[in-house]
Amino acid sequence: MFDGLRDLLIGLLGKGDLADVLAVVVYCALPLVVILLYALFAILAEMKLSAWLQDRLGPMRVGPWGILQPIADILKLLQKEDITPTQADKKLYNLSPFLVFIGSYLGFAVLPFSAMYAGARLNVGIFYLVAVSGLVVVGILMAGWSSNNKYSLFGAMRSVAQIVSYEIPAGLAILSVVMIAGTMDLQTISKLQEGGVQNWFIFGGPKNLAGFGGATAWALAPVMMIAFLIYFIASLAETNRVPFDIPEAESELVAGYHTEYSAMKFALFFLAEYANMLVVSAVASILFLGGWNSPFGEFLGGPVMGLVWFLGKAIFFVMVQIWIRWTLPRLRVDQLMHICWKVMIPFGMATVLLVGTIVTWFAH
Amino acid sequence: MSELFNRTMTTIAPAPVKIIPAERVEPNRIKTEEMILNVGPQHPSTHGVLRLEAVLDGELVIDVIPHLGYLHRCFEKHCEAMTYPQVIPYVDRMDYLAAMNSEHGYALAVERMMGIEVPEKVEFIRVLFAELQRIASHLVAVGTFGLDVGAFTPFLYCFRDREDILEMFEKTCGARLLYNYIWVGGLSHDLHPDVLKMCRDFVKKNRATHAEVNNLLTFNKIFVERTINIGILKPDVAINCGASGPMLRGSGVKWDLRRDDPYSIYDRFEFDIPVGTGKMGTVGDCFDRHWVRMLEWEQSLNIIEQILEQYPQDDKTDVQKAVPKRIKPAIGEIYSRTENPRGELGYYISSKDGINPARVKVRSPAFVNLSLLPIISRGYMMADLIIILGSIDIVLGEVDR
Amino acid sequence: MTNQEIFDTLKATYGGAIGSFHEQGGSAYMKRTSSYADIVEYSQIAQICQYLRDEPTLEFDNLNCLSCDDNGDKTLSVIYHMESLKFKHHFAFKVTVPIDHPVVPTVTRVWASANWHEREGWDMIGIQFHGHPDLRRILLDDDWEGHPLRKDYKEPEFYRGMKVGY
Repeated sequence: MFDGLRDLLIGLLGKGDLADVLAVVVYCALPLVVILLYALFAILAEMKLSAWLQDRLGPMRVGPWGILQPIADILKLLQKEDITPTQADKKLYNLSPFLVFIGSYLGFAVLPFSAMYAGARLNVGIFYLVAVSGLVVVGILMAGWSSNNKYSLFGAMRSVAQIVSYEIPAGLAILSVVMIAGTMDLQTISKLQEGGVQNWFIFGGPKNLAGFGGATAWALAPVMMIAFLIYFIASLAETNRVPFDIPEAESELVAGYHTEYSAMKFALFFLAEYANMLVVSAVASILFLGGWNSPFGEFLGGPVMGLVWFLGKAIFFVMVQIWIRWTLPRLRVDQLMHICWKVMIPFGMATVLLVGTIVTWFAH
Repeated sequence: MSELFNRTMTTIAPAPVKIIPAERVEPNRIKTEEMILNVGPQHPSTHGVLRLEAVLDGELVIDVIPHLGYLHRCFEKHCEAMTYPQVIPYVDRMDYLAAMNSEHGYALAVERMMGIEVPEKVEFIRVLFAELQRIASHLVAVGTFGLDVGAFTPFLYCFRDREDILEMFEKTCGARLLYNYIWVGGLSHDLHPDVLKMCRDFVKKNRATHAEVNNLLTFNKIFVERTINIGILKPDVAINCGASGPMLRGSGVKWDLRRDDPYSIYDRFEFDIPVGTGKMGTVGDCFDRHWVRMLEWEQSLNIIEQILEQYPQDDKTDVQKAVPKRIKPAIGEIYSRTENPRGELGYYISSKDGINPARVKVRSPAFVNLSLLPIISRGYMMADLIIILGSIDIVLGEVDR
Repeated sequence: MTNQEIFDTLKATYGGAIGSFHEQGGSAYMKRTSSYADIVEYSQIAQICQYLRDEPTLEFDNLNCLSCDDNGDKTLSVIYHMESLKFKHHFAFKVTVPIDHPVVPTVTRVWASANWHEREGWDMIGIQFHGHPDLRRILLDDDWEGHPLRKDYKEPEFYRGMKVGY
């Protein structure tokens, strides 16, 4: 697709550096468009879903049924005063929201939105994704530390401890998939799951892979379901969503690491959180639920429908996250760590071992 | 009475010492610096304008020092310049979540000073409204406790039902929060004819909400894990520190003024006094206090059902029949108390033979219950401190007066 | 036990420290809960309270309320209302101290609930509870002047530059 875009621009502007540079810029900005449109939708969905769960109507004033409310909210955020506390470390304080947003934005580079479109087809795709989402931790720690506020510091410390811990079970779950697929390239992983719902990794992966018989792959199904659960729970924790929203626990820490932020800097944190939700949901659907593949094999397939399937699956998980958020209470720090280190990591280890054993046993 | 509680007397009250319970301290831990965190007065979980000075060691709470007075109006000074009936609106503003109960207690105190007997119908309406208000108050208590734990949704279910109660009050007396409804010797208005029907519908609907809140909040695994075994209040400490209401009953002491020092017509109704039994964890933990509130809510519904059955509908007595023309108690003083949703609401009123009281002192339950916070929250985590505070269920209007 | 009997027991034990008994009229409730005894020898309050709490026939384990009052005749009073959860009986006593030397021993070590009540008494009426572990102002600011519930209290015109009256 990148080549197509470049050819189009060359046709318009003539051959030269200008067309190349412009093509790169347009290409890089594409995910931003996706994120912004998605954020508008997700904010509205969160407001409306929470309202319906709570026997309310939600926003009703801006536009029909209040569907323009997110735009009004963004306009409000744009107009707010940008406050920097006098005692804050100004450089770090101003840098951190961008760092957090970049951390989640970089992840979009490798996501295969459709069979025709993946920003960058890295052969270490999923590894890269896990690595760049680590940037978010640095941003959060910077935000909490530089605000010079005890609540922010508390929130940042909790957040870092939580994200770093939960990357391990998430990594183990990802490893299970990578072991079956034999590749870390997300586009290849998506392609492997072609041909219907039975080939998805949550059901044990493709049944026609070299070295596998159909029945062998089915043996992996229960293990992969556990791996999927581990990944999903860990992703909730990585995005600081309920029941793991301890870093921004409203009732204890006011707003956690972004207590002191206002206006657009706050909006960036907010946007990063929503973008992060989409990234982890997208990864869950690529790794376990076939990515852009139609569940009916060739039926309703194709690149355009692929985009629909992919976004549909990802947004479904975003909705599940919202649903969980408005249902469950919050855990305590020690309970959170208990779940991670004493429950999820042993289970993750077990899945990796089982998957490894089954794959090596039947591959030879 | 021995089955009431078995306890030993504490000779010395727990003095404020900085001690972390032994089971919470790991041996040889690295000595770190303490941090003082100011919680409040503007904080989402202090339930008003309370300031807590928390001394923290990492996440562990070493000591808590509550600072009050941000909502202090010195209503006791106002009372000295007011006549007895004029005090009632001030009393409303103390516990703004349970204004009916405050009024009831005050009216009862002055009636007891003057020896006034009020008509039976008035008593029925008073008890009906007191119990409705108790449910309304517990709804807020349970809902905000859920908020403290991080569950947002039950809070709104609670407020939805509270709205129905306020509507009944509004129909009868025109006000939704601060009523000036229960007068010395009577009521300001007769019961609105619709209220009895609304009340019947409400009881049915509210039982469903009760079950829903139990499903969604009380028996949620995370909620249970968060609230058990923290903020444990032992019965002997509770009595010695003057705890009352759900706080005392949560510790397993069966003590309810509606039963143990009956007033109004509470002796005509059948109801249980729920006590904490350590249902999920230890007796007297935060879950027990929450659970006692949930059960009390159900008991109040039972009382309301009995009132609806027994209410004298054909009684056309004027509700202001017994209101004295001139309210001027003889010289003397009284300490009169009633069961507020938060505990024992006592009025000490001293009369020097004038039309205004010489001294009104309120023993507000939230004030005394809050004084237990440092005792029961030392050694737990910062997140637990918020939950313990929520389980005490304070209303700052009453704490600060 | 009725209040009269409790008073008699107390009188028999402490003799001269106990003054007269004031029975309240009005209603039976008032008579039962609010009739009080005067304590003349107020240095013995803590001991008397300890006795009331620990004597097996009395067992006043709960201090309901500790109220302070300005009588308007240059004296201040402290009124202790107590009850027994076990026997369900009530008792109250009153201590009157001169306004120029308002010192009363604390009962915090007998009933912990007295702690904040005594702080409030110091804050509002200005009674110094001798031996109290933490006698600070509780409702007003630490630098507030005067004790508002005294009859001769004049509110300040300004507090830290803010106008007080309205």
